[in-house]
Amino acid sequence: MHNLNFSTYSALYLTLIIPLVGSGVLALCGHRRIAGSLNLILCSATFITSFILAVEIFYSGSIITPLNFFYVDAFNVYLVLLNSFVGLTTAVFSGPYMAHEQKIGRVKNAGMRLYHSMYQGFLFTMLLALTTNNLGILWVAVEGATLATVLLVSLYRTPESIEAGWKYFILCGVGIAQAMFGTTLIYFAAVQIIPDSSQALMWSVLYAHASELEPTVLLLAFVFLIVGYGTKVGLVPLHNWLPDAHSEGPTPMSAILSGLLLNIALYAVVRFKMLIDPALGTNIAGHIMMGFGLLSFMVAGLLLHRQLDIKRMFSYSSIEHMGLITFAFGIGGPLATFGALLHMIVHSLTKSAIFVTVGHAAQLCKTQSINQIRGLIKIQPEIGWSLLIGTVAIAGLPPFGVFTSEFLLFSATIKSYPWLVITLLAGLCIAFAGLFKHVQPMVFGVRSHGVIKIKANMWPVALHFCIILWLGIAVPEVLAGWIDQATIMISGKGVL
Amino acid sequence: MDIVVFTLAEQLILTLAALMLFTSFLLLAQTRLLTLIHIFALQGGLLCVTTLVIAFTYGRHHLLISAALTLGLKVFFIPILLQRLVARLDIKREVEVVGNPTLIMLGAAALVLFSYYAVLPIRELSMLATRNTIAISLAIILLGMLLIISRRKAVVQVVGFMCMENGLLFAAVAATQGMPMVVEMGVALDVLVAAILFGIFFFQIRTEFGSLDVDKLNRLKEVD
Repeated sequence: MHNLNFSTYSALYLTLIIPLVGSGVLALCGHRRIAGSLNLILCSATFITSFILAVEIFYSGSIITPLNFFYVDAFNVYLVLLNSFVGLTTAVFSGPYMAHEQKIGRVKNAGMRLYHSMYQGFLFTMLLALTTNNLGILWVAVEGATLATVLLVSLYRTPESIEAGWKYFILCGVGIAQAMFGTTLIYFAAVQIIPDSSQALMWSVLYAHASELEPTVLLLAFVFLIVGYGTKVGLVPLHNWLPDAHSEGPTPMSAILSGLLLNIALYAVVRFKMLIDPALGTNIAGHIMMGFGLLSFMVAGLLLHRQLDIKRMFSYSSIEHMGLITFAFGIGGPLATFGALLHMIVHSLTKSAIFVTVGHAAQLCKTQSINQIRGLIKIQPEIGWSLLIGTVAIAGLPPFGVFTSEFLLFSATIKSYPWLVITLLAGLCIAFAGLFKHVQPMVFGVRSHGVIKIKANMWPVALHFCIILWLGIAVPEVLAGWIDQATIMISGKGVL
Repeated sequence: MDIVVFTLAEQLILTLAALMLFTSFLLLAQTRLLTLIHIFALQGGLLCVTTLVIAFTYGRHHLLISAALTLGLKVFFIPILLQRLVARLDIKREVEVVGNPTLIMLGAAALVLFSYYAVLPIRELSMLATRNTIAISLAIILLGMLLIISRRKAVVQVVGFMCMENGLLFAAVAATQGMPMVVEMGVALDVLVAAILFGIFFFQIRTEFGSLDVDKLNRLKEVD
């Protein structure tokens, strides 16, 4: 592991440097015509380097950079790749979308500079959160992701969007402060046994000493950590900011917030759970996660029914799915963990595709109100079909990937907690009914008059659908092996 | 309980901890905006002194940078920024309290008791002094949250937010003698950016809503 030279790390460093530099460059020229394309080029470059990084990890196992600063293993590298991929496809959508918003005067020049700069800045903070080995830097990066996106939520400067931005800022700030207290407690426990205090927050070092850490401190820390990072995951009852932030900001932002940021926060929770389990010797951390997850899953499914705004509706669907994933990580066996990891991928891909489609639909009908979007399939079939397919996929119907992962999760639940399956099935049906109640008239209803077709590039959406279809029919061996490696790291055993 | 003999440094730190908790109560009781900001600066000053005491007693010289950051950000930059914003935005100087002030103070006292109760399981690990400081920092964090909940002005919510940050830093400094340098720098950067963003938000809220009362931010509802 240590005989690798600098070039091994160059893919990792480039993955972080490109978006950071890009953020600076776009802060200067983000309002020009080329900004959209430049954003796309930067995202492509990040995707290529993270792909190279993923291949390296696949062949040579996990890497730790000198001074233990970055740590990349099977678990985080697949999220890095997912992040840069969704960042790239969303950038394809973002260019024309934001150009349109600029043309109709919703966003001024300064707003465009801010938007493009923060798009890259946001990607950078997420990639930093994933790759860092230092739990303190993980916190700084997750907080940084909030700071990068908070002004984008209020980008349109409407009263609603400013309210959403303020709520997002205060609630996530307060929440994430709890996570910092949890991190401090972990550090407090760590300095008692790790002599070199500069290494005492390094995840890899802590993991090696996990069973020696004082369990009472760790349990207390975990409660603070799950409340803190759980706020960012959007777990009920800490979810209030999420539908507002996801619905009021520009749609490309909603796509990456819903598709990616929630994953990052959950990633942090799982990393801490990996530290706490060996120290405690019980699955109490898992039980806490199961409780939060199940509650989110049920409540979000019910709240779906009473939404009037299409983006809000799909944000509740995100809460529901994050709840399910949290629940699965809480169960903790190999099968549940495998399912949860797969569900993170398929949910990200599906949800970002849906948000891109919703963005087109909202631009087409000039509204986000569910009651005023009607007959999409007649006005512009590609948007209508995409919305329909996306909803079918996210509701967990075969043959899409969400079905596969949910099937795995349900099998795992039947094995360990059979009586909870009834609740899960009920939640799934409730969410299904809620989604289709709203989507059916939007897609098939009587078309509203005076709506003219818009130019819509549906390639990113089609690409996402193809991948989730592929994952639904047969998970490729390479990916399965890869997720299995991550499963072994998290739960101790693989499923393959 | 055994009688524990504290060293001079420990006594100093405990006194400072008590004073920081006291300033949190002062923040909760204060209804004038400018005085509130001044008390917040005082709390930052106490945090800075605590950091210095620990830096010198335990020979942790990287804490000097941390102390300088606290001094710059919490004692000067943020209070001055807030004071200027209050002047420029011409905000009413009196702050309304939501709910009964007596109840809020009683609630605050209950939160302090709760903090001591929550850290009770941490035993054997360290001396009584550390357990005290962890409990007090948790109390400062919770009182900051209470401050955010109990006031209507956006400015006070920011003070509450920063007060929570003070509690966090106090925990990091007093219980663990400072986080690694890179983390401290990162946290300071986040606080700086957050303070600037808060300023921007004040202008946005003021332009759209005509005042800084967060009560007017009530358009987005959970359902319907």
